Amino acid sequence: MNISLEPARLLPLDIVRLAAYGLRARPLRVVLSALGIAIGIAAMIAVVGISTSSRAQLNQLLGELGTNLLSAGPGTTMFGEAATMEPEAIAMVGRIAGVEAVTAIGLLPEAKVYRTNRIPPSQSGGIAVYAARLDLLDTVSARIAAGSWLTPATASFPAVVLGSRAASRLGIGSSLIGQPIWLGGRWFTVVGILEPVSLVPLLDLSALIGWPGGKAFLDFEGDITTLYVRTDPAAIESVRALLARTANPEQPNEVDVSRPSDAIAAEAAADVAFTGLLLGLGAVALLVGGIGVANTMVISVLERRAEIGLRRSQGATRGHIRLQFFGEALLLALLGGGSGIVIGAIVTAGYARLQGWPVDIPLWVAGGGMAATLLIGGLAGLYPAMRAARLAPTEALSAT
Amino acid sequence: MSDAIISLRGVTRAFAGGVFGLRDVTLEIARGELVAIVGPSGSGKSTMLNIIGTLDRASSGTVEIDGHDVARLKDSDLSALRARRIGFVFQHFHLSPGVSALDNVADGLLYTGVGRAERRRRAEAALDQVGLAHRLGHRPHQMSGGEKQRTAIARALARRPALLLADEPTGALDSSSGEGVVQLLLELHRSGTAVVVITHDRDLAARLDRQASMRDGELVDDRRRTA
Ligand SMILES: Nc1ncnc2c1ncn2[C@@H]1O[C@H](COP(=O)(O)OP(=O)(O)OP(=O)(O)O)[C@@H](O)[C@H]1O
Ligand SMILES: [Mg+2]
Repeated sequence: MNISLEPARLLPLDIVRLAAYGLRARPLRVVLSALGIAIGIAAMIAVVGISTSSRAQLNQLLGELGTNLLSAGPGTTMFGEAATMEPEAIAMVGRIAGVEAVTAIGLLPEAKVYRTNRIPPSQSGGIAVYAARLDLLDTVSARIAAGSWLTPATASFPAVVLGSRAASRLGIGSSLIGQPIWLGGRWFTVVGILEPVSLVPLLDLSALIGWPGGKAFLDFEGDITTLYVRTDPAAIESVRALLARTANPEQPNEVDVSRPSDAIAAEAAADVAFTGLLLGLGAVALLVGGIGVANTMVISVLERRAEIGLRRSQGATRGHIRLQFFGEALLLALLGGGSGIVIGAIVTAGYARLQGWPVDIPLWVAGGGMAATLLIGGLAGLYPAMRAARLAPTEALSAT
Repeated sequence: MSDAIISLRGVTRAFAGGVFGLRDVTLEIARGELVAIVGPSGSGKSTMLNIIGTLDRASSGTVEIDGHDVARLKDSDLSALRARRIGFVFQHFHLSPGVSALDNVADGLLYTGVGRAERRRRAEAALDQVGLAHRLGHRPHQMSGGEKQRTAIARALARRPALLLADEPTGALDSSSGEGVVQLLLELHRSGTAVVVITHDRDLAARLDRQASMRDGELVDDRRRTA
């Protein structure tokens, strides 16, 4: 038969209104079931946000420090002894094309450091003494926390600059600049303390004295332990290839060449596995939240049979009923997901600020959270909506 | 278009378990007619009203409503028929709790595809028509039973149905509120709407033009008022 009637119609805006009406009527239940989704989404956003913020901080650090530093460290000799390089290596490495700066430190293996001369020799605290070139500070992007760096004048005196951990081990705060310490069997004056050196952490537990001072007071012969080389960023690989051979032409295999920034980059990549684990937990929370929404919707359909019957008697099609409950589940999930994103962002921002990191929540995370929410809401709403639509009008109306 | 708004021919409704709600009922109701359906409890009155209202389908026989053979309509067409042509009034009102009288009536137009402003405008007119212009903002729990049923009638008539089906509309009301509701139904009939009322109230039935009596799922008597 050809029906001449205008079909029953439900305006799109009214679908949204119906969904909102359904939720408004049961606020407590809505809050509780949205909470499950909110916790899941918040956990996922916070996990990803904190991890990306941490990476952003490391990348920012790399940007500041530069990735164009190479170190040519002492390997071991064939006989297992610590190798060194000839003093001429500095000049020779400086002639490699693309090298912008070269500096060096030389270990004084015999020299020990004590707060005073009355401390027994066994308690040396593990602080290594190096003779340092004056351009070390700039080349490895180190910074002075207190006092000053060695100058051409103080480099020839018994003056010492302490790494950050060395200073705290000796119990020397910034107020003790100018104090003497017992170093290599004589008194040296502390002239400066370094901030932690991110690129060369071994300097943190070091006492640095001037190159000429080492020769004058501690029998330093000028042999190089480690070279630090800044290169033109474009030339880093070519310099790297030549470095060992140039630094020690006779025994190039005794030189360990490395790029200190690689350690920081590795750290940035390291927490990915951990992040994956936490993300999985967040996903489980989200799933549980989705089940909560489905449960709420099933109960809602059971309770609202009379309403469904009334709507059917007023001309609602099965499709309209399905849309209404599906829309309600989606809206419920969106409420949870939306607040989850906000909570996750707040947690991330709070944690990052506490750590002094830049806050970095990628857009795809928020987008992914929204998509996950819609998916969960949709899945959770599907079955209850079908059930509501399948209800026979007479059966629905007879429910009270 | 045929004169009959309702035409049942040999309609049977068998429920699961061998219960017959209707047995071989043949009944024709003309456009604009006013009919009472009476009969003892369990005699099949509501079953018949549900089938007339296209909320339920006959097991056998032919049901034609407003010229449409219901058996050949799909769900969306039946919904269209209900949305455009049929109004229902229930014994227990079926108003949405927590929603004002105005919005309860306006929501009755939800599935006609009319915008909200227009729905409210029509709802206000309908409430005015049932004498509830002063109760627009009242929610169901703030209204008397009679007011609730008048709101439900306003909801049905806001769609300007060709057919109004009422299942014991005065059953939950005292006699004076019931009388108000009856007056509204009579008025609706005078304005041209076909009205079918199920009632247990003999006096009410006697005031309507035609009485159809049911027993055990069968139409046992169908008489017009002679007076
Ligand atoms: N869904 C159903 N399943 C099985 N039997 C049903 C169903 N609906 C109604 N019946 C039966 O059909 C018969 C007619 O029921 P109906 O509701 O039409 O009676 P009624 O005349 O409206 O009675 P009342 O005056 O009490 O409302 C009854 O015996 C009833 O038990
Ligand atoms: Mg009944």
